Amino acid sequence: MPVDTQDRIELDHVRKEFALGGGEVRQVVDDISFSVRAGEFVAVIGPSGCGKSTMFNIIAGLETPSSGDVRVDGHSAIGEREHTAYMPQKDLLFPWRTIVKNAALGLEVRGVPRKEARTRAAELFPKFGLAGFEGAYPFELSGGMRQRAALLRTVVQGREILLLDEPFGALDSLTRIEMQTWLQEVWADNSWTAVLITHDIREAVYLADRVIVLSARPASVRLNLEVALPRPRELSITTSPEFSAIEEQLIEVLHEESRKAFEQQAGRS
Amino acid sequence: MSSGTDQPIKIPTGAIRLSPEAVASAKRRQQRARTNRKVWGTVAPPIIIVVLLLVFWELAVVISGIRPQVLPTPSRVIGEGAEQLPTIWKHAWATLQVTLTGFGFSLVVAWLLAIAIDFWGWLRRGLLPLLVASQTIPIIAIAPLMIIWFGFGLLPKVLVVGLVTFFPIVVGLIEGFNKADREASNLLRSMGAGRFKEFWYVRLPSALPSFFTALRISITYAVVGAIFAEYVGAQEGLGIYMSMQKNTFRTDLVLAAVAVTAILSITLYLLTFLVERIVIPWSFKERRMRNAG
Repeated sequence: MPVDTQDRIELDHVRKEFALGGGEVRQVVDDISFSVRAGEFVAVIGPSGCGKSTMFNIIAGLETPSSGDVRVDGHSAIGEREHTAYMPQKDLLFPWRTIVKNAALGLEVRGVPRKEARTRAAELFPKFGLAGFEGAYPFELSGGMRQRAALLRTVVQGREILLLDEPFGALDSLTRIEMQTWLQEVWADNSWTAVLITHDIREAVYLADRVIVLSARPASVRLNLEVALPRPRELSITTSPEFSAIEEQLIEVLHEESRKAFEQQAGRS
Repeated sequence: MSSGTDQPIKIPTGAIRLSPEAVASAKRRQQRARTNRKVWGTVAPPIIIVVLLLVFWELAVVISGIRPQVLPTPSRVIGEGAEQLPTIWKHAWATLQVTLTGFGFSLVVAWLLAIAIDFWGWLRRGLLPLLVASQTIPIIAIAPLMIIWFGFGLLPKVLVVGLVTFFPIVVGLIEGFNKADREASNLLRSMGAGRFKEFWYVRLPSALPSFFTALRISITYAVVGAIFAEYVGAQEGLGIYMSMQKNTFRTDLVLAAVAVTAILSITLYLLTFLVERIVIPWSFKERRMRNAG
């Protein structure tokens, strides 16, 4: 019963609650439904602590939803880990592995012979601006390069969906802008399907085809907004009136949800 | 990729052009001079202090006129010790064998225990109290019993060395495994790794720096443990040698054996750094980088 073959990934009324003990239940994700088309870049924004990471873990197959369904290419894929490649906020490059070995880790874990895994990873190095650093150790690289290496490690796995969890959150703002511009360019040349979690509205609008705003906890979809800006996007687009209009719309909704989240937290303590 | 401490080498413009090889060799010379200075800086202070203490000791004994059976001068310890060196060396060799065999045994047991505890959490709760209890056993009481149970051979000594050295290694390893980033485990799981691969790719390498720290602590216990085991009964070894010399009031030879013991321990201790550099060169580089940066 494949409904829409265009949809690569589809969240269908996903809910997640955790038992707190004593019969108490905390609802973390409440009825999230959205879909991501093949080759689409979707950004997810929400107030902090809203349950974004839980949603990510559900998509990644690390956690199972309490109810609802996750479909990949029309098939239920709850708890399946082979569809997604995950990039955490921390680069998590292992200090005991050189960059190329770090980049090849995902392939190695999956059982690709070491040598082949490294060759495949090494082929992407020029594209990621890492040529010549194959044999370097992570601590020899700058923050931006480390993040690019982490993204390479994610992309090389060749999964259908990339999950990027605030990949540039730990970078200083200049490096972040540089990385966003670079990613935007790389994206234009590839047909990767990706979901990006971010706190940065500008980043979401600049990079994504669609922005989804989540509500305060329990998370549900508050807004699902198409970013109708032409690609490739120059950095100058971020100061255009069209860009500002979209930003404004998002800020308004997000601000409201953040305040709710803040009141929740204040009420709890 | 600059290492931070390297002084930029100025290349005179126009006048003479230095070849890249010349620049590289100049850089190497500079670096060698720097390491020489650093090595001298770490070696000189302990040597100076030891020499000062020995001079003080020598003078104190000579001035007070104390009998050599009670306290010999350092020069007498060195002189008599040098004369007996072949004998002492023979015993030291025996002690070294006991130390290394016992330590090897201890390493195997410690790794097996730590890995088992890492895989099965309930083992930790079950075993840790026992392991702690094992460290409260007074070796002074158990060592003679070991001889009664297992004779004068290698086995009781290996067991004593094992008993005094395995604990820091187990604790170091358990803590090391848990140093692995939780998110790193998540990342590995998202790549499709099971518990074993997660251990192999993340937990094991994360533990190695703590392992080497623990190794350094316990290797110094190992020599002492071996000597203790020999002291209560052995055919050969520094322990039994000291015991025999003490009984004939050869205080100077006891002290000479003590000096050899110290040299043995320090050598083993330093060797752990060498092994560490070979096994986990990245840790060494990372530390140096962090200090430089």
